[in-house]
Amino acid sequence: MSAAHRPIVFTLNGRRVSLRVHPLRRLLDVLREDCGLTGTKEGCGEGECGACTVLVDGQAVNSCLVPAAHAAGTKVLTIEGLKGRHPLQRAFAESGGAQCGFCTPGMIMAAASLGARPTLDDVRTGLAGNICRCTGYEGIYRAIRKQEARSQKTEDRSKKTGARSKKPRRRAR
Amino acid sequence: MRTAISPLVLLQPRSVREALRMLREEGPPTPLAGCTDLYVGFNAGALADRRFLNVRGLGALGGIEVRGGVLRIGALTTYREIIRSAHVRRRLPMLAEAAREIGAVQIQNRGTIGGNIANGSPAGDTLPVLAAAEALVELRSLDWTRKVPFADFYTGYRASVRRTDELITAIEVPRVEGAQWFRKVGTRAAQSISKVVMAGVRADRPRIALGSVAPTVVRARRTEDALASGATLAEAQEVLRQEISPIDDTRSTADYRREVAARLLAQFWLDTR
Repeated sequence: MSAAHRPIVFTLNGRRVSLRVHPLRRLLDVLREDCGLTGTKEGCGEGECGACTVLVDGQAVNSCLVPAAHAAGTKVLTIEGLKGRHPLQRAFAESGGAQCGFCTPGMIMAAASLGARPTLDDVRTGLAGNICRCTGYEGIYRAIRKQEARSQKTEDRSKKTGARSKKPRRRAR
Repeated sequence: MRTAISPLVLLQPRSVREALRMLREEGPPTPLAGCTDLYVGFNAGALADRRFLNVRGLGALGGIEVRGGVLRIGALTTYREIIRSAHVRRRLPMLAEAAREIGAVQIQNRGTIGGNIANGSPAGDTLPVLAAAEALVELRSLDWTRKVPFADFYTGYRASVRRTDELITAIEVPRVEGAQWFRKVGTRAAQSISKVVMAGVRADRPRIALGSVAPTVVRARRTEDALASGATLAEAQEVLRQEISPIDDTRSTADYRREVAARLLAQFWLDTR
């Protein structure tokens, strides 16, 4: 970081941040090195593997191909922003969606960009840019489908209980 | 990342006019938008450029519209926007098909059609579509706007008629009559650079363009002539094999590309019968 650079202001996992970094610094490096958020991984460094996937304004991007200048004014969401409580995270753990785990943050962020109930086809297309060398993908697809089933259940339940609970209560572990 | 960024400069214009002034007076810098190609070179330490011009966010360069029968696509339009555009799906469906096979979602969300044209790779996936559609490339400088027929745009391997003080601002596609066809052949559907890529329009005079078979994307005019004058498919395939000049490289071989190009021609001809 250097005082010579104009500050780049954006929202990171719901909090406003202002950083004096080189405008061409990769968002990946800004996240990992300047913000200490090492959940986002670097795989290939050329937009092939998807390990560095984060969401910018809700859209999946390879953070190794995004200059810091292009984060200005946006909302960036990383795996840390899911706080370990996203239904996808539990589903990946329960369904063997992760083995070595290196691709997992990118997989989960790409899956999170697909919305609540993607079709299997949406999942295949939406994760085509995320490479996993361990699982063979079946566990990953299973996890995303399982998450769908669960959010479906949650939705049904909230319909029944109506407006009684405003916040979805966290399930006891 | 193998490129040291501290000596690099990013110019950040707030308007197209300011961008054009910077292109003329400051370097000239390399325009940068989606960064999906440029940063690959960056990360590999293979980029010689030192000054860059941030054109992303210049709203005047975005948007898709149909005006006077012409489909106009702003240079900053992303592949995602192309895939979702009703105008494109209705008037130039082969472009939407090409956009769907570029990289994967992460790339489609950022990469721009202007970037694909500027980058000028012989394997650029939208380029055979623009060639077969006889698109015009709009170039703007501080003093003029000109529209260059796509067939005249490239002058050699990654070289074009764009002057360094000009910016690609849009492409314009006149109405395309006839069935459109697109096919990319690579190692897999997503994330692959083509071994051969082809776009075709089936009209009285068919239009056929190919990528990854020559130093630039090319129209196969002799093959088109053969088909228009009633040659058999087998004869046209032979003309095509002679007409293209593929090479052996890391992705494929010249022989394979020649054979696949001929087979794509047959598939195009059967599919649009």
